[in-house]
Amino acid sequence: MINVSKKCIGCEKCVPICPFAAIQMIDKKAVINEACTLCGACVQVCPVDAIEITREETAIKDFSSYRGVWVFTELEDFHEKNKPSKKLRRVAFELLSEGRKLADELNEELCAVVLTDKNHAFEKELGAYGADKMYLVENPELADYDTDVFSTILISLINRHKPSIALYPATIMGRDLAPRVAASLYVGLTADCTGLSIKDGLLLQSRPAFGGNIMADILSPNSRPQMATVRPNVMKLIEPVPGKQAVVVKEEIKIDKNLRRVKVLERKITHDKAGARIEDAKIIVSGGRGMKTRDKYKYLEELCRILGASLGASRAAVDMGFNEKSHQVGQSGTTVSPKLYLACGISGAVQHIVGMRSSDVIVSINKDPNAPIFNVSKYGIVGDVHEIIPKLTQALKNRLKA
Amino acid sequence: MHIAVCVKQVPDTTEVKINMETGTLIRTGVPSIINPYDHFALQTAIGLKKQHGGEVTVISMGPPQARSVIQLGLALGADTGILLTDMAFAGSDTWATSYALSKAVKKTGRVDLVLCGMQAIDGDTAQTGPGIAHQLGIPQITFAENVEIEGKKIKAKRLTDSGYEFVETQSPALATMILPKDYVCSYPSFVDIFESLKKTYHQWTAEDIGADTAFIGLKGSPTHVNRIYPPPQREKAVMVSGSANELVEKLIDILKKEDFLKGVLNHD
Repeated sequence: MINVSKKCIGCEKCVPICPFAAIQMIDKKAVINEACTLCGACVQVCPVDAIEITREETAIKDFSSYRGVWVFTELEDFHEKNKPSKKLRRVAFELLSEGRKLADELNEELCAVVLTDKNHAFEKELGAYGADKMYLVENPELADYDTDVFSTILISLINRHKPSIALYPATIMGRDLAPRVAASLYVGLTADCTGLSIKDGLLLQSRPAFGGNIMADILSPNSRPQMATVRPNVMKLIEPVPGKQAVVVKEEIKIDKNLRRVKVLERKITHDKAGARIEDAKIIVSGGRGMKTRDKYKYLEELCRILGASLGASRAAVDMGFNEKSHQVGQSGTTVSPKLYLACGISGAVQHIVGMRSSDVIVSINKDPNAPIFNVSKYGIVGDVHEIIPKLTQALKNRLKA
Repeated sequence: MHIAVCVKQVPDTTEVKINMETGTLIRTGVPSIINPYDHFALQTAIGLKKQHGGEVTVISMGPPQARSVIQLGLALGADTGILLTDMAFAGSDTWATSYALSKAVKKTGRVDLVLCGMQAIDGDTAQTGPGIAHQLGIPQITFAENVEIEGKKIKAKRLTDSGYEFVETQSPALATMILPKDYVCSYPSFVDIFESLKKTYHQWTAEDIGADTAFIGLKGSPTHVNRIYPPPQREKAVMVSGSANELVEKLIDILKKEDFLKGVLNHD
């Protein structure tokens, strides 16, 4: 419950900080209404400690038998010498890179979990990125992802080995799987974390909330494993250690065919070839509302070719029909972290910024010197994109010819 | 045929601005809206009802003012509206919310299909839908672009990480909806709104749905918010202005300095 004590001095500091408009001043005292979600933002700003949230103490459980940081890995199809095969998605290595730090701090093992029809020596790459162990379930039933089959196996692995932390990629698959596992185990799950650390032995999960307008630190103190999803391209990769292999632990789990309740009738691969996909791009040139028309936006394509870049778009640009949704950068699109992000005519709505701010170098071109995009840019070019882009493209072309 | 649609009232996060000096939210004038994905889920349910007959129930959990999203659902064509409102629900995370909503769905009787938006724009978790499916013990089809009913079968086109797939399952099932490319948001007419005021509306408490208080609100939520703070800010940008030609020159200097022109500049 939340209570405002007599100590309240009516300073009103808590009123604007509440993300849910749940505080009103009545007779110069803060009064909390039913919109309150007990998030605690007001408790932090109150200068006289007048606001208190009390939670009923749950019996403290003994979690000492829960050890190990797990990373659920995801596979993607690709063709090797014209034969279909499977490889680990890059996000697995990003999660291992981050998981390694957590495991070291806790002095626990870092384990990768692989569910597949066939193991293509995944222990090598997983080991190089820091995994001590690879829990492997190999079964023809696991050729393709299925919510019921994968969640059932994962739940039994978790019950068997009791990890303290489990991380998942916030891909479509991960976002289908992790909540189902969390619901069944009755454990905490924090979505789309942008930062993970250890605080007093607990996993401190930082994530943007409210469309990226505020950050929240989340703990799951009373359940294990503590689970989180992380979007691709958010965590930095460590340098792989060649030759270091993960120890393979084969897990025998019977898979009942009746588990599978959703049947896939047809599957279509529509994404661009790997490399052209925006989340994998090293350089992204992105256009926004300031590009004005689809034709003018398309002029960025040539610049992309010269720079070897992928073409991105803001939500406004996608809404105006300049490009497909799969090219949209932002909270409601794809999160990217290329080496260079060149923002052209993008004002920088918060929801766009949260999707690209972890890029190494951000260069922005905008007419308005006060555009919020400049707040996250390393270089801000104040000028008209319609003049600059053609000239820049031409100048680079000339250099190519020279 | 009975379809339950779970919806959420959210602040229009695209309208939220942040005060860069104090790091606080500027909330003045930010409207409360129905979560856009839930709006589409509602439209999908009402479309299915038109095709196959049956009933649509719209359910939400929130403060009393969230009644407005229920009323919108009724005006769009839902038959019954239910708002779960009780201070005992305050502080519910996605686990506790799924539990409460599933209890309400169960109380409405036999359900053939449950529809939700893929996620809410204020939390972006996409966890409540799968949570409800688990609590109800039914299969889930997440990130669906459309849902069709053929007898006892539920069919859908859903997004995957590499494209999309067509899937089918037996009812009852739960689907969470994305917004399709050609989506047109429909709004009720004045007459629809007027008529909707006569429809059945229930306000249920935790006790009404038989929720175990150990599983709802702050106490029932496995995740706890430890701290809320403004997003970190970067160093100030190096600002460049001048004529277009000067700016282009400067841009090339920057690209060169940051080492992005290796493949482009084969001289100097």
